[in-house]
Amino acid sequence: MDNYLIVIVCGIVAGFLARWITLRSDYRHYPTYPHGQLVHLAVGFIAASLGAVAVPAIMKPDFVAVTFLVLAAQQFRDIRNMERETLTRLEETKLIRRGTDYIEGIARVFEARNYLVIITALITSLVVYRWGWPFAFIAGPICIFLSTLLMSGQRLGDIAEVVPGKVHFQGSLLMVEDVIIMNVALPQTKEKILKEGMGVLIKPKNDDARLTLDAPGQRQAIIHDVVSILGSKVDIAEPDLMPLARKQVDKGYLGLFIVANEPDLDYLMEIIRKVPVLESARGTALKSYFGRKAAD
Amino acid sequence: MNLDVSLKEAILAVVTRNPAKVGGGGCPIFLAQDQEEMEKTALLLARILGGIVHDLENDVFIIVRH
Repeated sequence: MDNYLIVIVCGIVAGFLARWITLRSDYRHYPTYPHGQLVHLAVGFIAASLGAVAVPAIMKPDFVAVTFLVLAAQQFRDIRNMERETLTRLEETKLIRRGTDYIEGIARVFEARNYLVIITALITSLVVYRWGWPFAFIAGPICIFLSTLLMSGQRLGDIAEVVPGKVHFQGSLLMVEDVIIMNVALPQTKEKILKEGMGVLIKPKNDDARLTLDAPGQRQAIIHDVVSILGSKVDIAEPDLMPLARKQVDKGYLGLFIVANEPDLDYLMEIIRKVPVLESARGTALKSYFGRKAAD
Repeated sequence: MNLDVSLKEAILAVVTRNPAKVGGGGCPIFLAQDQEEMEKTALLLARILGGIVHDLENDVFIIVRH
């Protein structure tokens, strides 16, 4: 019995640590508040317990228990719904929205991380059961390391080049280089834009990247990330300076325009390079035969 | 559920100093004497209505909420 206890405890500790480490709360990750974090740590603990108990249950052997474990794992699907619902509700009061694509991505990540916790706990407890508890210190960190490594997706900097673009006016049309952003009438607004506005071109490296950047959800995610760090001068009844990302329809690259509270072009570009490529927006044209043929 | 009912993607007001360019429709038209008054009226209307002023480049400004 003692043996089982050590196996289970090692599994739970490894799984819980995995959840803790993957629960990053930086500028764009949600949740930012202690209560939100507690919810996820608690659920992570339950997931770790599930994974840790599985090995002793099989070894016992108690197959009924294993079946119940599988049933319990179903509960983690609710995590995704919970996150999606909270974030969607919060969208209504946001000046700059995340967009549904981004929310869906975040919700999916939260669900997936719990499965990673289960796997980490499962492997660790298996190793401990087989070779003894000292090996938990090897298996646990490796699993945690692998899960952080595997779960860090592509970033925009991997698929696109970000270069500065000149903000200027052509008549009443606001342009970033040769990308038309919007129509601005008032001279005061124009002046402010010319003085404080920043423009950036996001040039896709290949056809897949072009499709990714086409997706409005991906563009909204870029804008949200930028605004959540640099701020914007949009207010509730003053949407004139709304940050926008528009496409150069012929050449396929994006022009991004923003009037930020912190006008620092270098960091703006760096932030854009770090924006995650959303799963739902990822282009996969080059994976298909015709896509590759059409590309050349 | 969003209970806030508002007009979107619609012209909320037209400001012009050339009445010959506009007419009819269901949208209020504000006449101005000169460019300066036009800009001022448009700015005030945009702030009040929460819209953006767009320039049709023929002495007509429209206020649109996106």
